[in-house]
Amino acid sequence: MSKWLEVAPLEDIPVLGSRVVDTPDTRIAVFRGKNDQIYAIKDACPHKQGPLSQGIMHGDSVTCPLHNWKISLSSGEALGPDEGCTNVFQTKVDSGLVYIQL
Amino acid sequence: MKLSMKEKLVLIGNGMAGIRVIEELLKLKPDLYDITVFGNEPYGNYNRIMLSPVLAGEKTIDDIMLNTEQWYADNGIKLNKDSRVEQIDRIKCEVVARDGQRAAYDRLLIATGSLPFILPLPGVDKPGVISFRDIADVDSMLVAAKTFKNALVIGGGLLGLEAANGLMKQGMTVSVVHLPDTLMERQLDRPAAKMLQSSLEERGLNFLMKHSTAEILGEDRVSGVRFNDGSEIVADLVVMAVGIKPNIELAQTSGLHCERGIVVNDTLQTFDPKIYAVGECVQHRGVAYGLVAPLFEQAKVCANHLANYGIARYEGTVTSTKLKVTGIELFSAGDFIGDENSEEIVFQDVANGTYKKLILEGNCVKGAVLYGNTVDGSWYFQLIKDGTDVSAYRDTLLFGQAHLGDSGHNPETRVANLPNDAEICGCNGVCKGDIVNAISEKKLFTLEEVRAHTKASSSCGSCTGLVESLLAYTVGGEYSATPKTRPLCTCTDATHDDVRKGILQYQLKTMPAVRDSFEWRSEDGCAACRNSLNYYLLCAWPTQYADDAQSRFINERAHGNIQKDGTYSVVPRMFGGMCTPDQLRTIANVADKYKVPEMKVTGGQRIDMFGIAKEQLPAMWKDLTDGGFVSGHAYGKAMRTVKTCAGDTWCRFGTQNSTRLGVKLEQLTWGSWMPHKFKLAVSGCPRNCAEATIKDIGIVCVDSGYELHVGGNGGIKVRVTDLLCKVETEEQVLEYTGAYCQLYREDAHYLERTAPWVERVGLAKIKAAIEDETQRKALLERFLISQKAAQIDPWTERAHGAEANEFTPITVSA
Ligand code: SRM
Ligand SMILES: Cc1cc2nc3c(=O)[nH]c(=O)nc-3n(C[C@H](O)[C@H](O)[C@H](O)COP(=O)(O)OP(=O)(O)OC[C@H]3O[C@@H](n4cnc5c(N)ncnc54)[C@H](O)[C@@H]3O)c2cc1C
Ligand code: SF4
Ligand code: FES
Repeated sequence: MSKWLEVAPLEDIPVLGSRVVDTPDTRIAVFRGKNDQIYAIKDACPHKQGPLSQGIMHGDSVTCPLHNWKISLSSGEALGPDEGCTNVFQTKVDSGLVYIQL
Repeated sequence: MKLSMKEKLVLIGNGMAGIRVIEELLKLKPDLYDITVFGNEPYGNYNRIMLSPVLAGEKTIDDIMLNTEQWYADNGIKLNKDSRVEQIDRIKCEVVARDGQRAAYDRLLIATGSLPFILPLPGVDKPGVISFRDIADVDSMLVAAKTFKNALVIGGGLLGLEAANGLMKQGMTVSVVHLPDTLMERQLDRPAAKMLQSSLEERGLNFLMKHSTAEILGEDRVSGVRFNDGSEIVADLVVMAVGIKPNIELAQTSGLHCERGIVVNDTLQTFDPKIYAVGECVQHRGVAYGLVAPLFEQAKVCANHLANYGIARYEGTVTSTKLKVTGIELFSAGDFIGDENSEEIVFQDVANGTYKKLILEGNCVKGAVLYGNTVDGSWYFQLIKDGTDVSAYRDTLLFGQAHLGDSGHNPETRVANLPNDAEICGCNGVCKGDIVNAISEKKLFTLEEVRAHTKASSSCGSCTGLVESLLAYTVGGEYSATPKTRPLCTCTDATHDDVRKGILQYQLKTMPAVRDSFEWRSEDGCAACRNSLNYYLLCAWPTQYADDAQSRFINERAHGNIQKDGTYSVVPRMFGGMCTPDQLRTIANVADKYKVPEMKVTGGQRIDMFGIAKEQLPAMWKDLTDGGFVSGHAYGKAMRTVKTCAGDTWCRFGTQNSTRLGVKLEQLTWGSWMPHKFKLAVSGCPRNCAEATIKDIGIVCVDSGYELHVGGNGGIKVRVTDLLCKVETEEQVLEYTGAYCQLYREDAHYLERTAPWVERVGLAKIKAAIEDETQRKALLERFLISQKAAQIDPWTERAHGAEANEFTPITVSA
């Protein structure tokens, strides 16, 4: 059963940046957009498992720090000519707290 | 191993034709076969055509790799590289390689390419006599170019001229020997050949026409060549480029029917129905080809049959030729000599360096030679292939396609008029229709995108102009063809210089302010412009602008280099490369405490500790900074290291105290953010043990003072420094260095290192600014102001809690 897990207060995540979230199964990158949209994506690039949390965020995508693939944060898909996809998770913000659904 | 029920396909020859068949086959039936590939070369598959630009130093081997070993793995293909097949056992249906490996096949594909033809001359087996066919040949030419001076190329055809041009670019004096009296006689008529020869002579090549080689001279190594007329020439490298012959030995000894090449039918099948062959090793309807376009067509047909569709036929190819010497435009196709039944129309403008000739027979174009301007090459080529009746516009035929109808002169309208099946990229057989469809369906806007999606213009690159025209014509105003001044990134039309000027002129102090005034198209920029803007603002307003960590590449955000496994490296600063036993003990203790998996001494005279988890960084930095270290900035677009040599304290040749000066320079400059990385070195005498002449600034000490050299770097393209000036005291060295740093910081584009910067703006301008005392002092002052803010050690700050979120993962439990 999927359930909502509390992650952190919104202000702990930098705008246009991310935090690394360790869950029992996997490492997730939680990003915060310019207007406080929250995205959660598995912290492994579809190319060679680069840590997406360490990339530069712009709009609703992130550029992987290892070889510059652009990954959509909403779908987890590689953009442009590159092909591949990584998992994304539902998120919500409630009373200033960020939650993800596993 | 699991027993597979799939049929087995074995490919002999890991080259351009063979792998193209596999690629086409995977598109049609990815799961039909278990595929095994044998290749005699120790690499994945690479673009042989591009060996010429590699030799000329315009591309690297990495650039020309087509399929990495990962590609083979990803597609379940077993690759045996460096493994030559010696025998095909057609009874047992298996192949045997030199290393003893065997592979059984249900279908076999031979694509062994061709071998360079070697003239049977006395002395031809001497070291230093080579051909031009594979990476190994290019490597030996590059090595020879480093140690030897004189090269001789035998053969003035396409390959010979490309080899000669490349060797000349590598700094050798090159002569080309050719038997006929005009170059490329199989592709060019006389006037075009003469024009080509004179422009190559202008570039510095020597030609020995109508010379026939009699003997290769030399003892241990080639030292020269003697010709039939008795004359001799000195040469330490001889490149044999007199032609190729299909590589059929293996097929022949296996009993397959061969003539000049392995004989195949229109389905690329040999006389043994289980065995197919493609590429330069085959002979089809009497013709053996030596260019990639026909091979790629063969590959398509062959793949169709291997996939059991059985509907394609190969009927031969009309070929065209282009010479890949940067700056020379040359095109020829079809029959360009003609006979008594044909007419020729010619246009020649010697002063302008253009020449066009068309051969007509009946009302059709049979052949074309273009020199100087080849825009219409693909149109003529299409007319030849289609046998189009051109009587209606014969009068204006020579002026090109633009003159048809009312369409004006620009290349866009020319490509607009091409039919959809006109071939644009000859190497990859990509037609206009394919490109236009890809552009409109996949919404492509740049040349790179078209290359990625269609492969057009990705092999030899000579159709790049046409592809750009197609882009311009298909996406209209939205495409701006590589303009002379590039915009900073795709978010804006403003250039780096526009933005830098605007920041000062309009007092723009935040990123949103810059984006607003230059009408950025994206709200928060992209990975390219955010870094640049952050730096430009920091440089312009050193005491006011608050650095934006999220606009920095991860290395600068985490103050360490990210490694392929996501861990980081830690390189403490060691001023001038000097160290004490205590410092070394501190590093050793830290390495023990954090169980550092590997350390090494770097090329910049420091110590690197690898494999550190991000979470551990602040604690490790704490121990290092407590021991007196600061960050080495080995990760930043920043001032990196000052390398020093022993200097006059110890060295018997030393003229000045190079280590003391190195330490002072590093104390002055450390921490400075720069457009790109920035390295210094100080050598105690002109023997230059600190390699100062390939640094951004290199100081070479001499008896009477200090030489300041600038604009050097190692890396992919080595550039040796230019001498900026000579000064007398250490104080002056520091003053000039600070001023030079600031000039570079204020003037260069982000990610432009000093070497390309000096080449772009010219040494004269830099010299003028630095030698002028008022300007120099003002630059230095601005540098010192910005250093105040910059020399706050990022490691110490973070060791004491700054940016803690960056380094601490959040843990949630289910
Ligand atoms: C550690 C070190 C290799 C070593 O163990 O010796 C090194 C390691 C890297 N170098 Fe280097 N370079 C190192 C000295 C050099 C030198 C030698 C020197 O400084 O005297 C050169 C040639 C000199 C020069 O820069 O002109 C050098 C030319 C490059 C280049 C090519 C630069 C160019 O302008 O062409 C790159 C690529 C780049 O910067 O874009 C590069 C990039 C890299 C990167 C940052 C690659 C990357 O992006 O991950 C490597 C990081 C490894 C790591 O995780 O630590 N490294 N690199 C050296 C660190 C020196 C130091 O103490 O800070
Ligand atoms: C410098 C240079 C520039 C060129 N420029 C152009 C150009 O501008 N335009 C153009 O159209 N063409 C050009 N060509 C020609 C083009 O590269 C060839 O037509 C093409 O590579 C032929 O493909 P292929 O697969 O038949 O042979 P190759 O690409 O040569 O592949 C054959 C492979 O088979 C391997 N092999 C041979 N025997 C065995 C064996 N028994 N066991 C295992 N492996 C074996 C060889 O090592 C080789 O790797 C150029 C060639 C060179 C050398
Ligand atoms: S040369 Fe430099 S960039 Fe290349 S692998 Fe070595 S350290 Fe990395
Ligand atoms: S691992 Fe992300 S781009 Fe290579």
